[in-house]
Amino acid sequence: MNNDVRTIVLAGVGGQGTILVSRVLTTALIDAGYDVKMSEIHGMAQRGGSVSTTVRYGKKVESPLVGKGAADILVAFEQMEAVRSTPVLKKDGIIIVNDYKIMPLPVASGKAEYPDNYIEELSKVFRVIAFNAGQAAIELGNARVMNIILLGAMVEAFEMGRLDWDSALEKQVPPRYLDINRKAFELGRSMARADNK
Amino acid sequence: MKYFMSGNEAVARGLYEADVRVGSAYPGTPSTEIFENLHKYERIYHEWAPNEKVATEVAYGASIAGVRAVAAMKHVGLNVAADPLFTAAYNGVGRGFVIISADDPSMHSSQNEQDNRHYARAAKVPMFEPSDSQECIDMLREAFDVSERFDIPVLFRMTTRVSHSRSLVEYSEPLNLEPFPYSRNPRKFIAAPANAMVHRVELEEKLKGLAQYSETSPFNVIEKRGNKVGVISAGGAMLIAKEVFPEDTSFLKLGFTHPLPMNMIRGFAESVETLYVIEELDPFMEEQIRAAGINCIGKDVVPLMYELNPTLLREALTGEEIASHEVNAQAIPRPPVLCPGCPHRGFFYTLSKRKNVIIAGDIGCYTLGGSPPLSALDSCICMGAGFTLAMGMAKAFEQFGEKKTIFGVLGDSTFFHSGITGAIEILYNKGNVIPVVLDNTITSMTGQQDNPGTGYTLMGEIADIVSMEAIFRAVGYKKIFNVDPQDLDAMNRTIDEAIVCKEPCAIIVRRPCVLIKRIKHERALCVVDRDKCKSCRRCLAVGCPAVFFKDGKATIDPNLCVGCTVCMQVCPFDAISKEEA
Repeated sequence: MNNDVRTIVLAGVGGQGTILVSRVLTTALIDAGYDVKMSEIHGMAQRGGSVSTTVRYGKKVESPLVGKGAADILVAFEQMEAVRSTPVLKKDGIIIVNDYKIMPLPVASGKAEYPDNYIEELSKVFRVIAFNAGQAAIELGNARVMNIILLGAMVEAFEMGRLDWDSALEKQVPPRYLDINRKAFELGRSMARADNK
Repeated sequence: MKYFMSGNEAVARGLYEADVRVGSAYPGTPSTEIFENLHKYERIYHEWAPNEKVATEVAYGASIAGVRAVAAMKHVGLNVAADPLFTAAYNGVGRGFVIISADDPSMHSSQNEQDNRHYARAAKVPMFEPSDSQECIDMLREAFDVSERFDIPVLFRMTTRVSHSRSLVEYSEPLNLEPFPYSRNPRKFIAAPANAMVHRVELEEKLKGLAQYSETSPFNVIEKRGNKVGVISAGGAMLIAKEVFPEDTSFLKLGFTHPLPMNMIRGFAESVETLYVIEELDPFMEEQIRAAGINCIGKDVVPLMYELNPTLLREALTGEEIASHEVNAQAIPRPPVLCPGCPHRGFFYTLSKRKNVIIAGDIGCYTLGGSPPLSALDSCICMGAGFTLAMGMAKAFEQFGEKKTIFGVLGDSTFFHSGITGAIEILYNKGNVIPVVLDNTITSMTGQQDNPGTGYTLMGEIADIVSMEAIFRAVGYKKIFNVDPQDLDAMNRTIDEAIVCKEPCAIIVRRPCVLIKRIKHERALCVVDRDKCKSCRRCLAVGCPAVFFKDGKATIDPNLCVGCTVCMQVCPFDAISKEEA
């Protein structure tokens, strides 16, 4: 049942702005007439833990969550969170990963090392679009729009361009930040396009 | 118009539509956002109670007095509220009374995974289980009707994924009810043995009526598709079953799950060749169905533990593992940690350096003081046990003449929740325990809710702060130490003084949580002088996410640091200094 249902997983660390992305994403999907369900794990996220949001859409969605081997696309806001979430992806799944590291406590306290080969290893198995969205956001003028750059990349990679993203951004982003978020969204799309060539 | 909302937001809407007028709750993941969303509906009086038992009694009192009322809590909260629940089931209600329990399969933010559906059977009360946000609204209206029709409290059982998943809902016109006129009814509301003997019989009669209601409830529905496979399921598990079973599967979808509609179940079972009962956690329905002599497949294949998902269920049904791609890389755990600037850090760091101490902890952010590198907790069981577990340990050590310094540690909200009785216990029964309240002036772990120590009510009114110093004094503690945990010298001195104090003493460790929005926090920045840093790693022992080692020297992430200076105070080489942010 529900073979037309598609699944997007957003993974990051508490405070990285996954919530705004999930809001813009679900707004665009609902406006396009899809049935949408979204599941998020809060709880201890505020204390630097991993956060994960699942968005599912289609004609009729039953379960708001999925298990392993079930997601079409993973948008990781941080390298290690990409690795942590890969079991959720289908075999032909796509990963958009922010080329950025947030040290978990075992690394910060010297008990473990943060590996350097994550993106390389992910690329051996999945189609991976990796770039430093944080740096791109700073160059654009606001470090916080990193999240919307990643959303733009996802929209391009997952061929969701026909949805009304401009309206979704307008509905979810405060007016004074709308302009820079629009630019961030377009930048993300062009970065994913460049990656595809 | 459709709205995209979480189960908890939908419950708040449902309470409004059902014309609930009084609500009381204690915060707890995953239930907290229900009451955080009630401010949208002005006519509902709503509050944070000191604990779940109080919340349940307040709501019950409102029901007796004639308005629809609700109490909400997380699953373990219902353990605290079990006392009024069991007797309210006997006495019945005035206007409708619903108790919402939000369970946490997989223990995303909990100390256990108890399945609160058992409470419905044990307390002999009816139960609804919504599976999505629309059902949260629709079933609540029905739950209040059932409560009034059968004169009984109703349990409304949610789970993390129902509470925290968003789906599309449509609103209905809210009800506008007249209150029931109140008149004293001692036979009904005084639970003395003579009355209870009568209520006991009446309760069984009510359950018979509820069993009949269950057979025709609009929320117990057969969706007949094929004759081969039939599935009985409820709540969040229902959606997973619908996703996994093939198109020609028939479903008996149960929204009202206690008492079960056993005739309906029997008829459904007879109409299919193979019957599955798909449940998350315990075989609550399955055991009753089997006891009625109906054969089914259930927990012999479906996992008994942890949250269910479509992949797990598919694997359970087919016996085949679903392959996911193996990546040749491992993610390092990212455990939750005390925030940069967390006031608890100074306290736990100080105690982590002490030998021969026992630290009985409690439920809250400060449970994280038990994690490395601080590792400064011996126990954490349930709300309030920080004081009382310490008491038992003290009495046990005395039996063997063991000399240890024992601290019972809990937070401000926990103190008001169930710490005060422990403080009395320690004093009155002469416990060799130093009670410590880590007062960060907010209920933080659940997202900064107010409590009797903060000076604000949930509805935003200013309230008189309940003084924990005054409580300790009134109980009989002779010496109450007040200390700012961010001043490590003072923290150390206080611990020293408390240990040698000859009179009963308590410590209040006070500094506001850095996440409280209405306070203007002093922000600064700690920076490392790399020439002075001798790589001793002492600063890493405070367990701050902002402090890490880079190229062999201490480094502080300026994006995370708030300038609390705890790392600076522990550096023996003055390599860390404070700058204006």
